[in-house]
Amino acid sequence: MIKGYYMGVDVGSVSTNVVLLNEKNEVIFKKYIRTQGKPIIKLQQGLKEVKDFLGNDFKIKAVGTTGSGRQLAGTILGADIIKNEITAHAVSAINFMPDVNTVLEIGGQDSKIIILKDSIVVDFAMNTVCAAGTGSFLDRQAGRLGIDIKEFGNIALKSKNPVRIAGRCAVFAESDMIHKQQLGHNEEDIIRGLCEALVRNYLNNVGKGKNIKPPVVFQGGVAANLGIKEAFERELGSEIFVPKHYDVMGAIGASILAREEVKKTKKTKFRGINIADINYKIKGFECSGCSNLCEIVEICDGSKVLARWGDKCGKWTNAMDLDDHKLA
Amino acid sequence: MKITFPHMGNVYIAIKGVLEDLNQEVILPPRCSKRTLEIGTKYSPESICLPLKINIGNYIESIEKGADTIIIVGSNGPCRFGLYSLLEKNILMDLGYNVDVISFDPPNGNYNLLFKNIEKITGTKNMYQVLKKVNIGKKILKDMDNLMDISNKKRAHAYEKYKVDNRMNSFYQSIEYVHGSNEILNLIDNTIKDISIIEENKEKDCLKVGIIGEIYTIIEPFVNLEIEKKLGHMGVEIEKSLTPYKWVEHHWGKGRLGIGEEVRKIKEAKPYLSTLVGGHGRETVGSAVLYAKKGFDGIIHILPLNCMPEIVAQTILPTVEKDYSVPILTLIVDEMTGEAGYNTRLEAYIDLLKKRREHANDKGILYGS
Ligand code: SF4
Repeated sequence: MIKGYYMGVDVGSVSTNVVLLNEKNEVIFKKYIRTQGKPIIKLQQGLKEVKDFLGNDFKIKAVGTTGSGRQLAGTILGADIIKNEITAHAVSAINFMPDVNTVLEIGGQDSKIIILKDSIVVDFAMNTVCAAGTGSFLDRQAGRLGIDIKEFGNIALKSKNPVRIAGRCAVFAESDMIHKQQLGHNEEDIIRGLCEALVRNYLNNVGKGKNIKPPVVFQGGVAANLGIKEAFERELGSEIFVPKHYDVMGAIGASILAREEVKKTKKTKFRGINIADINYKIKGFECSGCSNLCEIVEICDGSKVLARWGDKCGKWTNAMDLDDHKLA
Repeated sequence: MKITFPHMGNVYIAIKGVLEDLNQEVILPPRCSKRTLEIGTKYSPESICLPLKINIGNYIESIEKGADTIIIVGSNGPCRFGLYSLLEKNILMDLGYNVDVISFDPPNGNYNLLFKNIEKITGTKNMYQVLKKVNIGKKILKDMDNLMDISNKKRAHAYEKYKVDNRMNSFYQSIEYVHGSNEILNLIDNTIKDISIIEENKEKDCLKVGIIGEIYTIIEPFVNLEIEKKLGHMGVEIEKSLTPYKWVEHHWGKGRLGIGEEVRKIKEAKPYLSTLVGGHGRETVGSAVLYAKKGFDGIIHILPLNCMPEIVAQTILPTVEKDYSVPILTLIVDEMTGEAGYNTRLEAYIDLLKKRREHANDKGILYGS
């Protein structure tokens, strides 16, 4: 019998993740690729790996996309659903732990907090302006200290005397950290101090005023970091659960949502796995139709324009076929 | 004399009509755009609130089009807006622009100056004539509010939502080429007719969201990243707590008699905030309560970064949220606001409201309430 799978794709600015779920919502394939500013090529690379993994006898029954590149990815794939990251993360957290009340999500570029009640989102917040509560803050400091980011958490756990690092802003945290190094504090104490600074920032900026209740699920790339997990547990005074697939939860959520959508529509819009081989072109141009100077993005397959977006007035998106409007 | 004024939602349409009826030449500032904001940000104090930056951009772009006289409304309200006219005048002077800046400050017992300014701008001493025109201006604002309501509702319900956008776009393009209040009122009427016949799904029970916050950010579409349009495309009906006509009605109409919606807002805000905090901070709280009582699915609060009265309101809104169990989303805008993050928040919020409704419906069936 031909097996059916549900595909979820999360295209963020840092990473592009592709997952396949089976009928039981279990992850049977996952791929984490660095986006490196080339979302289309990376997405196609991910598809090729899906193809290699599955062989011949398979069927993709539904496809969902999320992340800041959700529209682009959704257009290329012919996604059944294109969803924002908050909803996608919430859905996959519920799939992991049905009675979850709080989701902490820290990725490379941004972080969010989601508050749930009876499996529905009742409140959320996200921070994208300041890097002090995100993974790139840690990345950067690890680089400074010459430590592999993967080791960061383990080192932090060794500390007995964390150093308090002023961490309101990533730039100041850095200078304070250098200062603490110069005072002669040892590495593990500084690293634990940094983990605590990140958690403090996150709770003050993103989690401010939110009703954080257990059970708490912690997901996103940073959840791998035991130092951060422990700092959260200390700060919140409750156990923190990290899902096995913590790093691709957005993609998992997207595929679950796509599956639900196809249950309604009865038919997937997926354009087929062979789109991995098509030579897509993205064109960006500035419209000079008025003073808005919108940046229009156009995606083409050969000479056929698949979709356009970015215009405020609808001049470009409206020139497309009706079906494509929803994408813009 | 070539007169210009800052953009503030649809207000420009009424001022244009009135001044053109009085045979004055009007230079409309180009619609707010990235360029407007860039110019404004460059020449304004960094930490001032967003509206002033856009005003400055508007003036400079109008001067480029030939404007030589700027009219500004003054205020003595206890927020920074009270100093706008002075500050703006100084910024333009420092930049070396040779323009006449006329500000209509509320008179401090001295009506002479006010009358003189009115005379200068309208070109007539006949105050009766002026008043008559002001009434036409009010009618334009009222009709514009109506047009906005109709188009927003239609967008939420229409099958082909972009048709509403197209019609509204061509309306705004045509406004620049019509002259005087009669032509403007006709254009509004025709647009309403055109929009009314766009096909819609009447049965659809749309989500309803109230938009509250600082008046400028909620009525100027460029500043709030076209939130009305975005929500409309998601199939959401909206109502705004402040519109130009509501403002006029309060200050020059019913409000003077101590009745009307604004007065009601102040009353509803009382348990949470009983005193004036400047701007419309108190009204924002009151509006939230009103929308909650009317059973709206959600409330979106928009404010410019740094806006002092709205920050006060923002700290109070979580209590309203709890008391009435209505989700309130706060969006803060400034020149750094990224559209991607803004959209993500909006979409997630609307998802939340939809789920809440479904959930409530499920429960309704289960428990028969
Ligand atoms: S796409 Fe439309 S709104 Fe954007 S610059 Fe061109 S004409 Fe203006």
